[in-house]
Amino acid sequence: MSTKPYYDSAAQISPALEEIREVRKFGYLIGQLVRRDILSRYKRSVLGVAWTMLNPLGMMIILSIVFSQLFKSIESYPAFVLSGLIAWNFFAQGTNAAMSGLIWGGSLLHRIYIPRTIFGISAIGTALVNLIISIVPLVLVMLATNTPLRISVIFLPVSMLLLAGFALGFGLILSTLAVYFPDVTEMYQILLTAWMYLTPIIYPEEIIPPELLSVIQRINPMYPIIRLFRIPIYDGRFPIMEEILPSLIWSLGVLIIGWVFFTSKSDEFAYRI
Amino acid sequence: MTDQINTQAQNGIIRLEKVSVKYRLPSERIGTFKEFMIRFLQRKIRFNSFWALHDVDLTIYAGEVFGIIGKNGAGKSTMLKVISRVMRPTEGRVVVYGKIAPLLELGAGFHPELTGRENVFLNGSLLGYSRLEMNACFQSILDFSELHDFIDAPIRTYSSGMYARLGFAVATAHQPDILIIDEILGVGDEAFQKKCADRIAQFRENGTTILVVSHSMDTIGKICQRAAWLSHGKIEMVGEPDRVIVAYRGA
Repeated sequence: MSTKPYYDSAAQISPALEEIREVRKFGYLIGQLVRRDILSRYKRSVLGVAWTMLNPLGMMIILSIVFSQLFKSIESYPAFVLSGLIAWNFFAQGTNAAMSGLIWGGSLLHRIYIPRTIFGISAIGTALVNLIISIVPLVLVMLATNTPLRISVIFLPVSMLLLAGFALGFGLILSTLAVYFPDVTEMYQILLTAWMYLTPIIYPEEIIPPELLSVIQRINPMYPIIRLFRIPIYDGRFPIMEEILPSLIWSLGVLIIGWVFFTSKSDEFAYRI
Repeated sequence: MTDQINTQAQNGIIRLEKVSVKYRLPSERIGTFKEFMIRFLQRKIRFNSFWALHDVDLTIYAGEVFGIIGKNGAGKSTMLKVISRVMRPTEGRVVVYGKIAPLLELGAGFHPELTGRENVFLNGSLLGYSRLEMNACFQSILDFSELHDFIDAPIRTYSSGMYARLGFAVATAHQPDILIIDEILGVGDEAFQKKCADRIAQFRENGTTILVVSHSMDTIGKICQRAAWLSHGKIEMVGEPDRVIVAYRGA
């Protein structure tokens, strides 16, 4: 027995680590799945990829009409709301797609071996492409409302990376639960709505009572992460270390927990989906 | 890879050592998360478990055509799943020395809105091929499927025969070390079926190990060199197909 087997069920040391190794071999598949999701979404629509830009833009216009009078204290409300909204949309879209992607992949998982985190990873990948596209309308809005665009926007890739890590970890936890309980998908929509209103996205955080705000700051991971988008875009400055650290901890922590949880269960998926 | 397989030939290209698979299912169906949490807090969750495979020892040698027979629910599919790594055995060990290609329900994973060409690359990547490998074999997939005029049309416009042809062409684009065939395919017209059979025969001549699951005893008797009869998750008998079939029919 000199040569190494292609697959040995007894050779598995840690499912979480083995998954990382396998995912790297399937890099081409990730690209193909992202491509599929983006192509198929726009194939039959006239405006095509423009929808990715029109969607947050439309939302921003509605929110601006409704709220800009209410929140007069905020300078150029459209830029304020859009800078938070694109990050939130990324999170909502990516985590939902991670769930539906795994359920869709169920019929394949019965038949062939694919590292199962691939579906979550490609869902976040698709959302990331959409997020980058939606930067275009954001810049347009900033120019139109005379909000200065500063050099600090070069910090955005870091914000995106931290958000993507958090979204992937959270998406993996959700999709594991969704495999066992179909109603998780429905419950999550309610949770998302509540979560969005508990995060200062469409309103300034100053209107939250201080006691409540300190709770939100501590237990809502989207609070520090959204701020990492708003500070470089809307405030026009680089975030300081104290502002980055909470996002980093949430992002890494949830990613590791999600990855370990998902991979510890994923060998059961084939007879659950 | 071929040399490697030769050195492994006497030890078997696929080895199952005391493999057991236990399914653990809640005794009542708990369909919702809410229900689960309530039961969980009340500590009222009971599980039924049963062994889909129990203590299976089996060695399949490189280059042979091996058949698996048994009634529905005997564990045939579970066995294919542990071999193709879709499922991990609860106990025991599975060792496989080679790349496995599954040939089951052709075209699983096709997306209706994408064109035939886009689907070929998507499907190939699902089977674990790289971009380079797919570029290299695209033309031969196209030629085999004979879909030159339709390759850039969305796949939702394909007939079921065209769909299956493309699926077969992608799945067999590369010669695998091990080919798994779950039920013999009745794909397309007679001419195409012959083409599929020829390609599988060619694989076999070139040394591919073939694993066939079928309810058709004729097929098993005709093409296999050895066969195993599975019953209630255990191997009842392994040997020459004709003898195994006689024993299976007698049971």
